[in-house]
Amino acid sequence: MNFGLTKEQELVKQMVSEFTINEVEPIAADIDATERFPSETVEKMARYHMMGIPISTKYGGAGGDNISYAIAVEELSKACATTGVILSAHTSLCAVPIDSFGTEEQKIKYLIPLAKGEKLGAFGLTEPNAGTDASEQQTTALLDGDNYILNGSKIFITNGGVADTFVIFAMTDKSKGTKGITAFIVEKTFEGFSIGKKEDKLGIRASSTTELVFTNCIVPKENMLGKEGRGFGIAMKTLDGGRIGVAAQAIGIAQGALSEATKYMKERKQFGKPLAAFQGLQWMVAELDVKIEAARLLIYKAAWNKDNGIPYTVEAARAKLFASEVAMEVTTKAVQIFGGYGFTKEYPVERMMRDAKITEIYEGTSQVQKMVIAGNLLK
Amino acid sequence: MNIVVCLKQVPDTNEVKIDPKTGTLIREGVPSIINPDDKNALEESLRLKDEHGAHVTVISMGPPQAEKALREALAMGADEAILVSDRAFAGADTLATSHALAATLRKLDYDVVFAGRQAIDGDTAQVGPEIAEHLNLAQITYVEKVDIIQGGLKVRRAWEDGYENIEVKTPVLLTAIKELNEPRYMNIKNIYDMFQNKEVKVWNATDIGADVALLGLKGSPTKVKKSMTKEPKGKGELIDLPANEAALYVVSKLKENHFI
Repeated sequence: MNFGLTKEQELVKQMVSEFTINEVEPIAADIDATERFPSETVEKMARYHMMGIPISTKYGGAGGDNISYAIAVEELSKACATTGVILSAHTSLCAVPIDSFGTEEQKIKYLIPLAKGEKLGAFGLTEPNAGTDASEQQTTALLDGDNYILNGSKIFITNGGVADTFVIFAMTDKSKGTKGITAFIVEKTFEGFSIGKKEDKLGIRASSTTELVFTNCIVPKENMLGKEGRGFGIAMKTLDGGRIGVAAQAIGIAQGALSEATKYMKERKQFGKPLAAFQGLQWMVAELDVKIEAARLLIYKAAWNKDNGIPYTVEAARAKLFASEVAMEVTTKAVQIFGGYGFTKEYPVERMMRDAKITEIYEGTSQVQKMVIAGNLLK
Repeated sequence: MNIVVCLKQVPDTNEVKIDPKTGTLIREGVPSIINPDDKNALEESLRLKDEHGAHVTVISMGPPQAEKALREALAMGADEAILVSDRAFAGADTLATSHALAATLRKLDYDVVFAGRQAIDGDTAQVGPEIAEHLNLAQITYVEKVDIIQGGLKVRRAWEDGYENIEVKTPVLLTAIKELNEPRYMNIKNIYDMFQNKEVKVWNATDIGADVALLGLKGSPTKVKKSMTKEPKGKGELIDLPANEAALYVVSKLKENHFI
């Protein structure tokens, strides 16, 4: 057993940390306030091969592993959870399923530009009536000659308004339930595809979260991802990997908030001494530190399993459940340590607290993670 | 074009504290980085490579752990890396260091040798110029702009209050300042690629064929008698006025304090 990062992972951590300090942190508060998608940051990330870390070089990626990918999402999220989720949704939810389930032609056409960061990816599963119960898909895909015709809508789609390539799920045969769900690769330029309402959110406000509308949207038959009727399995496997990304985002937020809090504790004086001298607060930050490190190890374990071809569904669910709840606790307590200042936009901890909440919800709520874990225990 | 970049691994002085008793740096737990000016030299070499094609070799004299700095340089895009490392180099001052690096360079093909102006741990700005002297190379220090021209380079050398444009034939040694460019980050694909496909060569004193009497402590005339920390000055006063008014204000302050 080896708990050390590899030399590669160490350098990835250093690189993304430097990138975050110089390129991400300086604009984080502003893009949150203005809800501006940071396209320029995504371009820079592409230049450094950050948009395809776990994808092989054959398909335009960096040829890295899932631990490095998790490290990158964590480092970005320390300063800006929005930037973290842009990378996470693009990689885990679009590039990876095309890598895992796509044909050679699909990989050449779609995966290479995604992994190089020339195109941005997104994933559309959730619908107004199909949230946690993703099997209730209403979007339909009917075969018409050489094309599938998609009708319906998807909501809460991360990168929705800015992505070029989408992995979309639709019912090809309603009578078969989850076995009637099929995955497709959809381009934003396809006839009948449009972007609907943009969400006004509590957190990750600079990320583009939108509705996707399909009105007789024409998708060529060769854009079916995997086999017909296998879409539900593809969605679930994709979300297993996505949970590693969200968990990494969560501990990034948590670590960022804890660093802000400890820095503040050394500066801020009350009753004639720095906050850092008060044992009540010392114990608070010590407990938070332990939880962050425990969450990080759960994430590395899940990512390590994935890198080594070992099942990781339960590991990813544990990591996501714990990391997201730790993020919520750490950010809430960080605001508490800052007191009144923490409640203002003068310091980043209020933004981190708002950003943390979504990690308990998307890519499977905490309750869904418990269903996965309990299901494994009680099977 | 062959470019050799001399770089040094240094403690990140932003993180360094000084032991108040001994007056020396506390290096324990301090992260090591590529010396910033050297990184500018590397970036400029990589820019020339991107735009005109070049083979960029990075060399460093240092202990085995300096390999990490060279690995970073490879991940930024350098083609080749050589660590010059031997116990015989221990205790080297700038002169002994420059002898070791000059000996290394004699084993390499180069059109341009690029170094940083100075290292943040010593701030001497001596090693680059000393290498040029040993190798009988033209040298241009404080370089803030480089262009390739027929048969050589056009280089802008910064002064405190201006600059000079110099055209120079290669081979030449340049020293970089931070105004030269904004260094790139490591590339994640390069990080994975170089650990699989590139090695950091390690050359010892025998490999570089240097005269051992010129190396390490033996070859170092510098003797440090004492080092001390300056008492921090109080916060200064910023005068944010037009030049004329500022001058009058300064004079009035100097008079007020009986300096004039």
